Parts: sequence; C-alpha cells; structure tokens
Amino acid sequence: MRYAETGYYLEIDLATGNIEKVETDPKLMEQHLGGLGTDVKLFWDRVPPEVKAFDPENILVFSAGLLCGTPAWGTNRTICSTISPQTNLLAYPMMGGFWAPELKFAGYDKVILRNKAPQLVYIWIHNDKVEIRDATHLKGKGAVETQELIRQELNEPDAQVAAIGLAGENRVFFASIEQSRSSASRLGSGAVMGDKNVKAIAVRGTKDVNIARGEEFMQHMEELKKFVLHRNENPLKGIEMVIHSGVGSPQAMRHVDEQWHTTGFSWGNARVRRKNFWTEEIYDNWSKSHWSAVKRFISCFNCPQQCGTLISFQDVPRYMMKCFSKLSYLLACQTENMDFTWRILHKAFEYGVDSFTTPQVLAFAVELYEAGIFTEADFKGCPKDNEGRFFWLLDKVAHRDGIGDYLADGIYWAARRIGKGAEAFDHNTIKKHEQMVVKLAMLDPIYFLMYTTNEKLSVTQMEGNFPQTAKGTPELKEMWVRDWIQAPNEKIKEYFMGWNPRGEGSNPYYPTPQMSSEIVDWMEMLHNIDDAIGLCAGMGSFCYKPAYHVHNYHKFISAATGMDLDKDSLKKIVNRNRNLHRAYHNMRGITRKDEKPPEDHWRHRFPELEEELLTTYYKYKGWNYDGIPTKERLHELDLDYVAEELIKRGILKDGEDEKNS
Amino acid sequence: MAKMKKIVKTITVDADRCNGCRACEVACSAFHATPKYSIVNPARSRIKVITYRLDDIFFPIFAGAYTKAGCEGRDSYIIDGKEYRECDFCRASCPTRNRFTDPDSGLPLRCDMCESDPPLEKPKCVEVCINDVLIYEEREEEVEEGEPIESIEIGVKALVDKHGLNEVIETVERVQLSKKA
Repeated sequence: MRYAETGYYLEIDLATGNIEKVETDPKLMEQHLGGLGTDVKLFWDRVPPEVKAFDPENILVFSAGLLCGTPAWGTNRTICSTISPQTNLLAYPMMGGFWAPELKFAGYDKVILRNKAPQLVYIWIHNDKVEIRDATHLKGKGAVETQELIRQELNEPDAQVAAIGLAGENRVFFASIEQSRSSASRLGSGAVMGDKNVKAIAVRGTKDVNIARGEEFMQHMEELKKFVLHRNENPLKGIEMVIHSGVGSPQAMRHVDEQWHTTGFSWGNARVRRKNFWTEEIYDNWSKSHWSAVKRFISCFNCPQQCGTLISFQDVPRYMMKCFSKLSYLLACQTENMDFTWRILHKAFEYGVDSFTTPQVLAFAVELYEAGIFTEADFKGCPKDNEGRFFWLLDKVAHRDGIGDYLADGIYWAARRIGKGAEAFDHNTIKKHEQMVVKLAMLDPIYFLMYTTNEKLSVTQMEGNFPQTAKGTPELKEMWVRDWIQAPNEKIKEYFMGWNPRGEGSNPYYPTPQMSSEIVDWMEMLHNIDDAIGLCAGMGSFCYKPAYHVHNYHKFISAATGMDLDKDSLKKIVNRNRNLHRAYHNMRGITRKDEKPPEDHWRHRFPELEEELLTTYYKYKGWNYDGIPTKERLHELDLDYVAEELIKRGILKDGEDEKNS
Repeated sequence: MAKMKKIVKTITVDADRCNGCRACEVACSAFHATPKYSIVNPARSRIKVITYRLDDIFFPIFAGAYTKAGCEGRDSYIIDGKEYRECDFCRASCPTRNRFTDPDSGLPLRCDMCESDPPLEKPKCVEVCINDVLIYEEREEEVEEGEPIESIEIGVKALVDKHGLNEVIETVERVQLSKKA
C-alpha cells in the first residue's frame, strides 16, 4: 500500500503514442518527497545537461505534490517541470486550481511527456484509460476556452483541463499553461508543451488516495482550521500592504487599495516610480471599476480561502483572475485606467502568457520604438495610445508576427537578436529571466541573495515569511514577534528585533551576511517544502505568519505518508532536493558569475558587500566559492553520485573545496 | 395514538457563498472511509459541488435516495439569469449517471448526516466549510408513535450496535437493489 502518493507515473511517448503506467520506487518518497523533489531527480536521471528546451529528449512533467488529494487545506499544486527555452535551466512553474488532486484520484503522481506528437493532440486521462486524441480542431483556440471545449467534447463536466493557447502553440518563450483559476506561467512551460504538440491534458479520477494515519492527520487539520479561522478574524496589523494581511495568496481582489504597489513598484519597462500616484480620485475610480468586474470570489481545490475571482466585465468574456496580473499590465502600460486591466487580461489568458514577463516585454518594445531602434515600419498599424499599443503588441507576440517574433523570445534574447543597442534596454533580467519591477534605493542583503541565488528565478516565489521591511518602533517590532510562532528559532526573532529602517542596524550592512544567509536559507527551505508537497505558497512559504510552518509541516507529512519525519529529517530531504537542483544547474553552466542582480536594481550598490554576501551564503549552504555544492555537502545529503558526476565533468575539483571556500 | 419527539436534521445551502473548493467532498469521503479517515476520494463523497466556474454556478448537492429509474433530465431552469441543468439539482443516485454511485462497488451512496456513535456535533461537510455555505439545524418534531415502528427501530438499533450504521445502511441498500432488480 502506498500512502499520500499513488506510486505510479504515467509515461507518454508522444512520438510513438506509447503509454505506460509505471510503478515507482517507494524509496523516492523517502529521499525526495514528491512534486518538485522527485521532478528534480527525474531530470538528473533522464535529461542530460546538453538537452535544450525544444529537443525531443526534453521532458515536460506534470507533477502533483505529495500531499495533493489529502485533506490538508491548500495542497493542490501542479508543478510543471521542464527545461526552459528562456534560461536553459530546469524550470518548475506551478499552478493551483484542481488539476493535481484530480490526477492523484486518477491514480498517478506525475505525467511525463517525452518526444513530440506528429500533430496537435490532447491527452485524456480517465483513471486507467488514457488516450491521445486529435486536437487539430482546437488549434489557435484560447487556453481558457479550450478547457471548456474539451469538457464538452468529452461530456465530462468534472474533468480538469490544463491547456495552452496560441502563445504556447507558437512557442512563445513565456507561454503559460492555464487551468481553471490558475496557471503555470513562468519560464515557458507552455512553449515546451506547444513544441511537443500537446494542446491540453484533461484528467478525471475516481480512485482513492490513502492516508497512513488518518485520525492523527485530522487532529492536525483541526488545529490548522482553528488557526485559519483565527487569522481570518484577525488580519495582521502594521504591515506594508493590506493584501498581505491574511492567509492565502495576496488578496489582490479583496482590496482596492494598491498604494503600496503603485507607488513602490516601477512603471513602464521597470523604469519610473510614481511616488505620488495614489490619490483619492484614483481610489474612487478604481473602486468603481474593480467592483463592477468582480463576480464571485473563488478557491482552489480543498482550500477555504478565496484568493481567486471570477471576472465578469461588460462585454468581455469571463475568466478568472490570478493575483498580481491585476496590476502588471497596467503599470507596464503606464495607464491609470483600471478597465484596461480587465480587457487585456482576457486576451492574455486566452493566448496563455505569463503576466509578469509579458507586460515587461511589451513595455520594452515601446521603449525600443521611442528610442528609434524599432522603426515606424516595425510599428506599422500600431495605434498611438498606450493601451492600444499594448493590445497590438500582445497580438504580435502571440502570433510571432513581425517584431512579435523577436519579442516572443523574452527581453534577453530579443535584445540580442534585435541588436542596434537594444541590449541596453534589457535591464531587469537575472539569468535571462524578467524580474519583478522593483527598483529601490538601498541594497537589501536578504533580497540580494534571494534574487541572485535561487533556482526558481522569481523572487515572489522565494520570499515570504520574513518581513519585507524593518519596523520603525520597538512597539511594532514586539507586536510582530509576540505571536510569531512560525519563526524557526529565537535567533531569527532577534535578527528581526535588531533591524531598523534607517541608521544603525539597517540595510545594507544589517542583517549581516551571516544573518541574511540564515534568513534566506530558512525561507528557501519553506518554498522547497511547499513545492514538494504541493502546498500553495499562500498557506506557507509566501505568507506572513502562515498556517503551515517549520513546526508543523513534518506532522502533516508524517501522518499522511506513515514516514516518521521530524523537523531535521524533513529539512534534510528538502536540502537534498535543493542541492540536487543546484548541481543540475551547475551542470548547465550556472556558477557565481551568473548570480548578480541587474545594475540598476538598487541605486546604492556595495560591490564588496555583495561579494561577501555571496561567499557567506555559499559557505552556509555548503557550496564552494563558485556556488557549487562541495563533495562533503553532497555526501551528507546522500548525493555521492552527484559529486562523482560533477567531478567527472570537471565542474567540481576533488579536494579543492577547502581552498576555494 | 401517542406522539413521540423526533430530531429532524436539516442543512440549508447558501449557494451564493460557495467558492467551489470542494473541501466538503474531501471531508465527507474521508469520514465515511473504513477505517475512518484512511482515504480521500471525492467520487465516494455523499456531497458534490456542482461547478460551472465561468457560468458562476457553484452549489453543493447531497446524495439522496437511490432510484431505479433514470430520467432524461434535459430541462433547464433560468434563475437570476443563470441557466441551471435540471439534472444537476437532483439528489438521486440513478442509473443514468455516475453521481452518488460508489466507483468500486457501483452501490448507491446516500448522505446519512454523518450519523455516528458518539454523535458528531454536526456533519463533517458542515464542519469543514468555514464560509458558512452549509448551515446545519436540528429541530424537534412531534411524530405519531406507532407500535410497529418502535419494534422495527429496536431491531434496527440492535443491528446497528452489532454491525455499525454504515454496514446496515449499505445492506438495506443492497437488499433494496436486489428486490427492485
């Protein structure tokens, strides 16, 4: 009997149409949990570092987290792992919604797609019955509408469908995979799906997911529920943004007040801050628009928090909102008109594109035009107004038409293909990936490390539990610490207490490199746990004072799986996953030289301190000077086979660890 | 004939509050598993959230009685501008669809309000729904007391004591099925 996991992968060779249900080794769960953890292991074992995103040997893995399908609230993440066309690294964008639990109920932990289908297909998984079906009639259809069309075609209203739109079909490097109220958006998993000629995967399952110690599990759930109720009734006070005051994903659609984002983040192609943007007039206008678009608050599978929203705005076909999409196009487009958001998002979600990268790409194109790098001929037929331009550019990108073909590769690659000085406008990417549009004055050591070193490449998915800004008074600090049960230890609380917005104990020299390393290591670990068990980061890693934390994760995992994990053994597993991922990226060429934020990320930079931060963090992680896990570290994590491979390839020099660190 | 007091249990569904998360289905299937909480499988749940997300239709339905005869169920209702399928409102476990039919045995499922010993404060679906979609009420009703009912009750109670409520319900359902067949 397998617990929490189903114990089966569904292996599909798209070229031959061969479909196999393969039983997995139970040791995999003990070593890597599931979700991202076992995905990383799959890539290490099967996809050599020479394989590129659009090679047939690249695999696209739809993975359910270990706890998906258990009664644990918020465990509904589908992890879509593949080699990214943008970065050539192992990307793992995730989505909530309903797909992963349904896959578990159909009897599988993962669907592994390899090779390419000869023509556009979709896959229909109904328990043991799995079919590859023709999808040529769905070519060019929207990612949202495709889900509905397939449900109708199958006459299965309960099927959960993950689909790509035109952008995925056209291998736009930032194409998403859309599903119910969610999407796996970052780093182009949708492009790989399109390259493999897979329009969608529909799944329906009516089998059991087994829980090892059910009664015990439900007792933990009882405590969790009490906590969530308490937090729902007592939103956090004294934080930067009201949308982060609850548990769950940021409640962007619950609140109209967006002063923090609109005045703190940069507009256009991550260029200008508008510190005085937020006025009462804007608030009134946005309120009207906002509430006219909200039809209903909705949830993902088995989660009571209502972070999603059904959007019904005027004549725009309906769709479901995804967190920061609400502002990303608006800021990049430099419009103050909230109605624009509801209209462009419909288009973007149907095309299936990432809401973080796409608006920056469009704003980048506008800048190139204004700088004369893109010509009148390039922009022929483009409207003159900001909003009109964005719609026009979005069409071009999704169709890879004209200049859209450059832009569809993302800013880094587009800039290099365009040339003529376009590279100078690529100022907000790290490791070739577009970052949050934040340009602040003072270097923040914690953010420096998160931005530069993480395998996820997207800061919103590695930050979280530690406050984003220092509190100004002892009272505020004490208020924060008083009920901070989620802090991993007393030290972290002390670091926080000593942190001031300015003067002594402030950025960039405080938290010190050592403190910053510990804080970042803790937050990364939380994300690695969430990504392995399939928990929404809004209930754990990306949330202030969340429901799940280092003091209770292991209880849920133990009761569900029957493994007896404590905090340390859980930490060891996710450290193993992270180091395996790191080593895989090292094999794909990532080293210290790649770990730097954009030049203008902060106005005040401190080269020596930044070097010290990296060195200290690497050392804390058990990595050498170049950011490669040492032989000793890998040995501790039972990854000797990884060390051997790194040494064989000359990436790690045997015996040189000490010297380097 | 003498009157007796009977506890009537009802659940009011405030569908406007439903967010379609299906936590009720998870809780129901886990509670009714043997051993309790050993599995999750929404297909075994005795509550089902009918969901057409883009149509703004979200409402839970409880498993009602088994019916041997299927029906076409092709009519629809338009309420407040939303079109509902007649079939989706129906609580029956019936031969024309899979709803409320155990995926393994094919036996009908039926909501038993989580009857258990000792009794729960409220059914599991109600307990897990913190958005107050499901409102549980118990009220006393006077019903006529009849000798035969009482003797049947004693008999059934004895069976329940011996085999457990679920076992008895499932047996009755099996008998009912075989009779109708």
